[in-house]
Amino acid sequence: MSILVLAEHHDGTLAGATAHVLAAAQQIANESGGAIDVLVAGEGVGDIAEAAAKLDGVNKVRVADNAAYAHLLAEPTAALISELAGDYTHLLAAASTNGKNVMPRVAALKDVAQLSEIIAVESADTFARPIYAGNAIATVQSEDALKVITVRTTGFDAVGEGGSAAIEAVDFVADNAQSTFLKEELAKSDRPELAAAKVVVSGGRGMGNGENFKLLDGIADKLGAAIGASRAAVDAGFVPNDMQVGQTGKIVAPDLYIAVGISGAIQHLAGMKDSKVIVAINKDEEAPIFQVADYGLVGDLFDVLPELESKL
Amino acid sequence: MKVLVAVKRVVDYNVKIRVKPDNSDVDLTNVKMAMNPFCEIAVEEAVRLKEKGVATEIVAVTVGPKAAQEQLRTALALGADRAIHVQTDERVESLGAAKALAKLVEEEQPGLVILGKQAIDTDNNQTGQMLAALTGLPQGTFASDVAIENDKLKVTREIDGGLQTLELTLPAIVTTDLRLNEPRYAKLPDIMKAKKKPMDVKSPEDLGVEVASRVKLLKVEPPADRKGGVKVSSVDELVDKLKNEAKVL
Ligand SMILES: Cc1cc2nc3c(=O)[nH]c(=O)nc-3n(C[C@H](O)[C@H](O)[C@H](O)COP(=O)(O)OP(=O)(O)OC[C@H]3O[C@@H](n4cnc5c(N)ncnc54)[C@H](O)[C@@H]3O)c2cc1C
Ligand SMILES: Nc1ncnc2c1ncn2[C@@H]1O[C@H](COP(=O)(O)O)[C@@H](O)[C@H]1O
Repeated sequence: MSILVLAEHHDGTLAGATAHVLAAAQQIANESGGAIDVLVAGEGVGDIAEAAAKLDGVNKVRVADNAAYAHLLAEPTAALISELAGDYTHLLAAASTNGKNVMPRVAALKDVAQLSEIIAVESADTFARPIYAGNAIATVQSEDALKVITVRTTGFDAVGEGGSAAIEAVDFVADNAQSTFLKEELAKSDRPELAAAKVVVSGGRGMGNGENFKLLDGIADKLGAAIGASRAAVDAGFVPNDMQVGQTGKIVAPDLYIAVGISGAIQHLAGMKDSKVIVAINKDEEAPIFQVADYGLVGDLFDVLPELESKL
Repeated sequence: MKVLVAVKRVVDYNVKIRVKPDNSDVDLTNVKMAMNPFCEIAVEEAVRLKEKGVATEIVAVTVGPKAAQEQLRTALALGADRAIHVQTDERVESLGAAKALAKLVEEEQPGLVILGKQAIDTDNNQTGQMLAALTGLPQGTFASDVAIENDKLKVTREIDGGLQTLELTLPAIVTTDLRLNEPRYAKLPDIMKAKKKPMDVKSPEDLGVEVASRVKLLKVEPPADRKGGVKVSSVDELVDKLKNEAKVL
């Protein structure tokens, strides 16, 4: 009974998500009593492997460092994980776009189901996961010998650092003549990552245009916040897609979430209603967002935001 | 090039579902059902490829109960040429659907298969990736742009940090994200015409696949209730509450 966790990494650094997935792995290990290995796949990922080796509870780090795994394209990465799967009862990854891209492919290669976005571990084969945009929580039991799982990171507190796991190279190189990486356009920001931020300030269609999102900058600066958005704001081209919070975007659960000019559609609530404190600023006092907000301020955001910035 | 489009019948996205009192599942009696929104985007993309002369035939497929033929008729009204219904009353999840779809890919030999990225009932986000594995084809998931150039597929994907562009060999599997296109509505004359378009009905046994889910649904519960709080009357009051009551500043 051992567990393999696929490390999440971006721009040459281990992503915080990995420590959350390890926490879920730890809970499974507590039930089933197995060791937890981490797989770092990519090109030039030596430093990432060292960082992963420091995380608590890791037995060993397996490193597949090869050009074949650059950008973690689904075809070679799934082939790699599938190749290693025989040593494990559970394969876990973050429910990131990477995890969601690769893990179902691995599951099908192994002819097993995949469990998406678990938020709680009931036992080694039973897990809770939200369905219908989080309007119901399903408890599901996998009858497969191998469990392939993606983990919603907001459901598990990150493990700490203090380990010193062994690092071991994986030689397997997957052939891939099917997919080629052409380019990536990544949004550059000095702000904290949306999924990891303690405070998130999000703007919706009410912001009017992309330029007006600058009104959120000063507030985000003062609060050390990440900036998010509703689908409508992304669709309208105000901000890039990676800022979308919701059922089909990013899931966040910060200490403080401030929704500005967002009506509160169920698809948006699905991505933020587990935040500790929710503030809504909206000029429509009937907006559904007020039904989940701890503090609602009815007003025009163009008046409220400058005043709020000055008073923080 | 033949394009296969997978559509799923799900609860309408505007409906706020309720859990059954016995916690066995969600209650879908008398609830409005519709085509999964991401499948609407998939159908639209196929139709656009046909309008551009890239696609020659569009085949819409679904795996599910008899009633799911409504969604196939919608796809036909939107521009699909024919439909295949794999009829079953089992609770089908992504792996089962992918297995049936893989058989149809084998039979139909499409150049491209388009699926939604996620069904808004189970929120699985798996079927396209699984179909790609089962057919041994490359995958372009969460697509916000697709183009076919020199017998290759160029696909731009919505990823966590922004956008990624890949080139895939054909045939390939694509799953749609929200920004791929804005689906059109079916027009009345097209809805009438769709009634006469061919629909083939098969059983999972005909295809030689097991579609029932191997994941047991033990119980379904409502999420932790979140009570609405208070309205504050000014920015000063808001800041004060955040500092002294919620203690998050
Ligand atoms: C398949 C599917 C998936 C989806 N996924 C997501 C998702 O992941 N995330 C998501 O967010 N949505 C998602 N949606 C969309 C969702 O249904 C809503 O359409 C969207 O969340 C609305 O965004 P909004 O609140 O910004 O816009 P609107 O609903 O238009 O609300 C704008 C709000 O701004 C307020 N406002 C306007 N001007 C001002 C002003 N000057 N001052 C103060 N307030 C003002 C208005 O009163 C209104 O409440 C999805 C939909 C579908 C069908
Ligand atoms: N039963 C089904 N029949 C046809 N297509 C399906 C079915 N289930 C899932 N799909 C396709 O796969 C997509 C993603 O679904 P899922 O991976 O289950 O969230 C959907 O948008 C459909 O395109």
